[in-house]
Amino acid sequence: GLFVWRLRNTGIRQIPYRFVHLYHVANNRLITFQYFNFLKRMYVTQCNKDLSQQAKPKSDSIVSPFHELQQLDQEKKVVHKISPVSPVHQSWSETSSRNELREIKSAAETEDSVIPVGAESREDRQWKEMKLRLDDLPGILARLSKIKLTALVVSTTSAGFAMAPVPFELTCFLLASLGTGLASCAANSINQFFEVPFDSNMNRTKNRPLVRGQISPLLAVCFALSCGIPGIAVLTLGVNPLTGALGAFNIFLYTCCYTPLKRMSIANTWVGAVVGAIPPIMGWTAATGSLDAGALLLGGILYSWQFPHFNALSWGLREDYSRGGYCMMSVTHPGLCRRVALRHCLALMGLSMVAPVLDITTWTFPIVSLPINLYISYLGFRFYRDADRSSSRKLFFCSLWHLPMLLLVMFTCKKSVLEKEDQGDLPGGSNETAMEIRLP
Amino acid sequence: PPAHSHSDWIGPPDKHSNLRPVIFYVSPEESALERQLREARQEAQASNQRFWARHNRAFRQEKEEFIYSRLKAKGLEMRDESGQKATLNAEEMADFYKDFLSKNFKNHLQYNRDWYKRNFRITFLMGQVALVRALRWLRWRKKNVE
Repeated sequence: GLFVWRLRNTGIRQIPYRFVHLYHVANNRLITFQYFNFLKRMYVTQCNKDLSQQAKPKSDSIVSPFHELQQLDQEKKVVHKISPVSPVHQSWSETSSRNELREIKSAAETEDSVIPVGAESREDRQWKEMKLRLDDLPGILARLSKIKLTALVVSTTSAGFAMAPVPFELTCFLLASLGTGLASCAANSINQFFEVPFDSNMNRTKNRPLVRGQISPLLAVCFALSCGIPGIAVLTLGVNPLTGALGAFNIFLYTCCYTPLKRMSIANTWVGAVVGAIPPIMGWTAATGSLDAGALLLGGILYSWQFPHFNALSWGLREDYSRGGYCMMSVTHPGLCRRVALRHCLALMGLSMVAPVLDITTWTFPIVSLPINLYISYLGFRFYRDADRSSSRKLFFCSLWHLPMLLLVMFTCKKSVLEKEDQGDLPGGSNETAMEIRLP
Repeated sequence: PPAHSHSDWIGPPDKHSNLRPVIFYVSPEESALERQLREARQEAQASNQRFWARHNRAFRQEKEEFIYSRLKAKGLEMRDESGQKATLNAEEMADFYKDFLSKNFKNHLQYNRDWYKRNFRITFLMGQVALVRALRWLRWRKKNVE
């Protein structure tokens, strides 16, 4: 019903816009299809029931690059069900199945050896020549840059772009996505460059290219520079300087703040949440050229979402974190960990209410999103109260489908540009400024 | 690694430290710079190996002790009737993880500083070596063309 109403109200002008969107969605489907694939079946069936046929580039779940930990684990957990598509977040490389992970965990608890040898293949036990093979290079670089995680980050940016109250511009969209993707590759490569001995010691990350010696640190740094510099240049020159600045800042935040902080203080989680929140803001500024309240709201939603997602995930990784020397809330401040997760589930609900106030969506958005927000808050409460493995897992898996759903609902409830013009009410003049700042 | 090889070889992860050992190739015409690089890498490898082997061993040991003392407090033995090792669940282990992390915090800070310094130095040396080799190759090309 909602849909029909929208179509009736939109003028002719909107149709090409929608069409382009559909086209884009088709392209993004490649990425999101994989994402769909590896999510639990539950999510896939919900998707089918969904009314919205609108192609909206689905943003993935937490794909903040720094949340590799989650990603990898998440990968492992769902991989055995479907095709081995690992989330963009992390080394999307070979992953063991969820069952194997469980076995490994129980093995680690029961046996003396901390390293489960079973997971390694015969190949791994041999001595390998440290020579770079050109035909291996694409795969190695893909793993180095955590290509799947990067794809998720790019789709988050597209979500920000899509929600911006301006007519859709193809070149701008493509340039923004390209720039963000390159920046993300660079940040991920530097992160792996810094973390070699720690990655070797954690099950999730021990098959990374630098750990295995498939690539030299020098090459990793050169690759990062050759992705990062053009990436930021594309954003600054091809889109706008604000987006470029945000991109550069995000790379800095991730590599120079988050990565070292992981081993020094639990504040890393908050920094990491900001890193995850910036891509949608970048998408918005790419479209409108200015930092509006809408951009901050979208960033805020992603920021809040990181906490239930990451805190729930990290609950099951306490042993690895403890041995690896990572300062995470789940190990040092378990009570805080659960409180923060719950707090931010509730914050998500609050932020959904704010969206229509800022004229980003209609009032149907908080109403339609209320059930899923309530559900995740309920799981957050259960996690807070029970503090056990099953409640943390439930919360984590919920967060995986909650974000894409929320963003999808948000997009379908988006206040169209025409409506706003009809009402003669341009919130904060943002639309006008958007019109003025015509992107190249 | 075979005797005729001209490159470095990397092996499977070490049992204690989980790090992969590297056997470095020593070229007969190694320049001073290249020797500096190789030695830096060897030192880093040795230092990492020492740290992680000791750290992991300590972890395993303390974990055993913790489990033992907790089981004792509960009045259980290390192995039950079927001969399986008795374990504690994740919640009980959480105390141990928290303790272990805070105990080793200073160690990790020190190690981090050390590792970052070494990593940067090695990568910088690699860059220098690569640059020198590239220049040398260009000069050789130029000479051959003439």
